[in-house]
Amino acid sequence: MTIWTDIIILGLVLTNFRLLATSRLGAVIQTTIFQAIALSALILALAGKPLPVRLILLSLITLTVKGVILPWLLKRAMREIDVRRDIMPIVGYSASVLIGIVLLGLSFLIFMPLNEAIKSESVFLLPAALFTILTGLMMIISRKKALTQIVGYLVMENGVYCFGAALAVYEPMLVEMGVLLDVFVAVFVMGITIYQISREFDHIDTDRLSELKD
Amino acid sequence: MNILISILHILLALILSPLLFGVINRTKARFAGRKGQPLLQSYYDLIKLLRKGSVYSTTTTWVFRLGPVAGLGAALLCIMIIPSGGISGLFSFSGDFILMIYLMGVARFLTVTAAMDTGSAFEGMGASRELQFSVIAEIVLLLGMSVLAIGTGETGISRIYADVWGSDVSLLGPVIFIVAFAFMIVLLTENSRIPVDDPNTHLELTMIHEVMVLDHGGIDLAFIEYGASLKLWIFCELMTGIAIPLRTGQPFYDIPINVIGIFIVAVLVGIIESSMARLKLLNVPQLLITALSLTVAALFWLLRGIL
Repeated sequence: MTIWTDIIILGLVLTNFRLLATSRLGAVIQTTIFQAIALSALILALAGKPLPVRLILLSLITLTVKGVILPWLLKRAMREIDVRRDIMPIVGYSASVLIGIVLLGLSFLIFMPLNEAIKSESVFLLPAALFTILTGLMMIISRKKALTQIVGYLVMENGVYCFGAALAVYEPMLVEMGVLLDVFVAVFVMGITIYQISREFDHIDTDRLSELKD
Repeated sequence: MNILISILHILLALILSPLLFGVINRTKARFAGRKGQPLLQSYYDLIKLLRKGSVYSTTTTWVFRLGPVAGLGAALLCIMIIPSGGISGLFSFSGDFILMIYLMGVARFLTVTAAMDTGSAFEGMGASRELQFSVIAEIVLLLGMSVLAIGTGETGISRIYADVWGSDVSLLGPVIFIVAFAFMIVLLTENSRIPVDDPNTHLELTMIHEVMVLDHGGIDLAFIEYGASLKLWIFCELMTGIAIPLRTGQPFYDIPINVIGIFIVAVLVGIIESSMARLKLLNVPQLLITALSLTVAALFWLLRGIL
């Protein structure tokens, strides 16, 4: 069973690299769908043999919210403001992939001493979760378009969710529901805001927002 | 008995390798709705070239003549080291994959010096590009082999490939396809296929590998072409050896399985070439760095699993 968990976690790590490597917004949004699939599969893989209905439900909700609704909202925002690429990011794409390698090594290193303390299914789970959070952070810092930054926020949340997945097998889905709702609202609001920003100012480069004067 | 089987798979490589280009071209032709050139076209080309004489420019020296011979020689040596799936290569010793990678490096170096020796600006340009890309591709190959070596606990390539689908699948299993994917990118780069280089391009300015051998003709060109097909065969072996988890232990099944796998890789290359556009020259290093990051991620993963 643990090899499937490992494969899913590895898939999650690879999606993070794709997020760091690609400049096309369509591909970025598509990758979040893959992450949602990985996360919902991860919960099922972590659960014991008689699958609790609670976890199946949680997995399904994850898939619908993260894999269908949020990407749909983002895709719509992308269409409305007519942005295809995040050109000229603050950190280049090759460079961010290389930074991604460093972040991955760091995540593995940080959890090295906690080997005994972690009683989870796979030693890779928590490092992968941290790496996902760092990837999201990296996207927020290094990209210029507001849409990519929102995806970065979403990815960060995926990482938090991944941390939660280790516990969700035993404990409450209320936390998960809360987090899901948070993100849902956040993306919803941001989607609307972006649309407004781009309608007012003809662009969504966050750099130029600092030039606002009254 | 084992030596005989190793010799058999080397003979297969020597005989069948030009057919790989035929398969790739036939796949591309099918995708384009054409009938395509004969499957054996590369053999006809080789025979035609071997019957011709060579013309050498007066500005060239022995460096220019060394290139094709050394290239073919290095490829032949690599063929003797490379295992075919679980079947050991003719020579196998500890760390032989490093020798193999460096043999390819030597071949590349001598091809480049031969290109520079002509004094042609185009050839210098192609040489510069070839080296720029192979700098990263070589690291990917070395790191990928290291991942396999660490995962299997062996240091000779024949032993590595024999054990790769052995007992400890839980550790190596998840990362092995990442390594295979990275090897695929290296295969496309090293053998100058689309998305890195277009083997059918007609403009010298857009060429990478082809432009380096513009001044070679006759027997020299035949050596280069044959060396290129052997190189493609070697990379296909590297791919299929880890990507096909089927090992019967019976050489008479394993060898056909592996040969079929190699031709599947050739078809895959044809499909990639038909479905992708060539990358912008500036974006090629980014592709290679992605492959590099994949292998490094696999390496970290493996080290974390072991420690």
